[in-house]
Amino acid sequence: MAHDHHGDEMTEPPSEMALRVQALESLLVEKGLVDLKALDVIIDRYENRVGPRNGAHVVARAWTDPDYLERLRTDATAAIAELDYTGRQGEHMVVVENGPKVHHLVVCTLCSCYPWPVLGLPPAWYKSSPYRSRAVIDPRGVLAEFGTVLDDDVEVKVWDSTSEVRFLVLPERPEGTEGWTMEQLIPLVSRNSMIGVEKARPATEATA
Amino acid sequence: MNGPHDMGGMHAFGAINPEPEETEPLFHEPWERKALALTLACGALGQWSIDEARSVRESLDPALYTSSSYYRKWIEALTRQMVEKGLLTSEELETATVRQMPEPGSYRVLNAEAVDKVYSAGGPTSMDIDNAPLFQVGDLILARNMNPIGHTRIPRYVRGHVGEIVLWHGGHVFADDSARGVRRGEHLYTVQFMARDLWGPEAAAHDSVMVDLWEPYLEAP
Repeated sequence: MAHDHHGDEMTEPPSEMALRVQALESLLVEKGLVDLKALDVIIDRYENRVGPRNGAHVVARAWTDPDYLERLRTDATAAIAELDYTGRQGEHMVVVENGPKVHHLVVCTLCSCYPWPVLGLPPAWYKSSPYRSRAVIDPRGVLAEFGTVLDDDVEVKVWDSTSEVRFLVLPERPEGTEGWTMEQLIPLVSRNSMIGVEKARPATEATA
Repeated sequence: MNGPHDMGGMHAFGAINPEPEETEPLFHEPWERKALALTLACGALGQWSIDEARSVRESLDPALYTSSSYYRKWIEALTRQMVEKGLLTSEELETATVRQMPEPGSYRVLNAEAVDKVYSAGGPTSMDIDNAPLFQVGDLILARNMNPIGHTRIPRYVRGHVGEIVLWHGGHVFADDSARGVRRGEHLYTVQFMARDLWGPEAAAHDSVMVDLWEPYLEAP
């Protein structure tokens, strides 16, 4: 069987799957089980409206508002809901804070659990067998693949999402951003930093 | 079940080779959009819980499971579930022709206007339960050595190991029962396992893995 180690997403013959999905859709619409317009709204929601910019907003707010950070620590679900990020695959949120001596990393070894309201749909690599198998046994090797090399005295904590609780990593605020506004900070908060495979982008990469 | 989905700690899958965040498309094939939307829309029919859906996906043939993209796994499982629930027949799938309309009133159809309301509300799994928790934060527990045939969310790599409870989430719908169509709650905890306890002396001394485990998975060490 073909397996090219570029993430499972690349191994499929698209024409066969495209035909199967089209046929399934046609049957379900004709049977009245699925509303074609609802499918479009679902796709638009997760392609254009619910994505990692939501999580970046949460992180940048926490970096600039100590009261908000405290609420995030006490009840992350409620604090995130203040910003209107709620719902499916984010019903029960926990935020974990990276710092100089601790680094958190999130995985779902059993499937693909991921905090949709704040990060959107997971990237292909997050759902791939290499990431799911290795994150718990070789987190430092996984991090190194993302260019994240940690000192030996940094504690690595891996969160395996085995229940309906979802985890969001609060990355460390980059150096040299003192006095920056939330709006200036948001572009520094990469999706990968909120999964924990990377740190937030350095101040020098600010696009503003 | 000890299926192909329970991947934590396995070797041989190779490098991750992640696509760069800035350039990776959300969908790699146009049909993946529809695979997502159909899976969600059919889930909204109210015929199964998310745990039942997971249970069907992890029951796929291991060779198919490990060689399929995630959205293909979803489509394989969705097709089986629709047939199992009597909403589609194998014949309809083979002929791509509708043979019988579903029984009205036995399902609810998600309409376009409801999509955002439904997914912004989500489906919380926390629930009040009568019994007090058996464990509290700071307790050491033993993850049971258990190998149920049905769906479970205790990964193989923690079974038989001692960990420490670091969070208590209250009662949550117990996945193992929910996958069988029974919605009832059990206390849910986050348990910290030291990497060396799980993987041996070559693991880094301070590193650890946190796993969410329901009370029936745990016992006093």
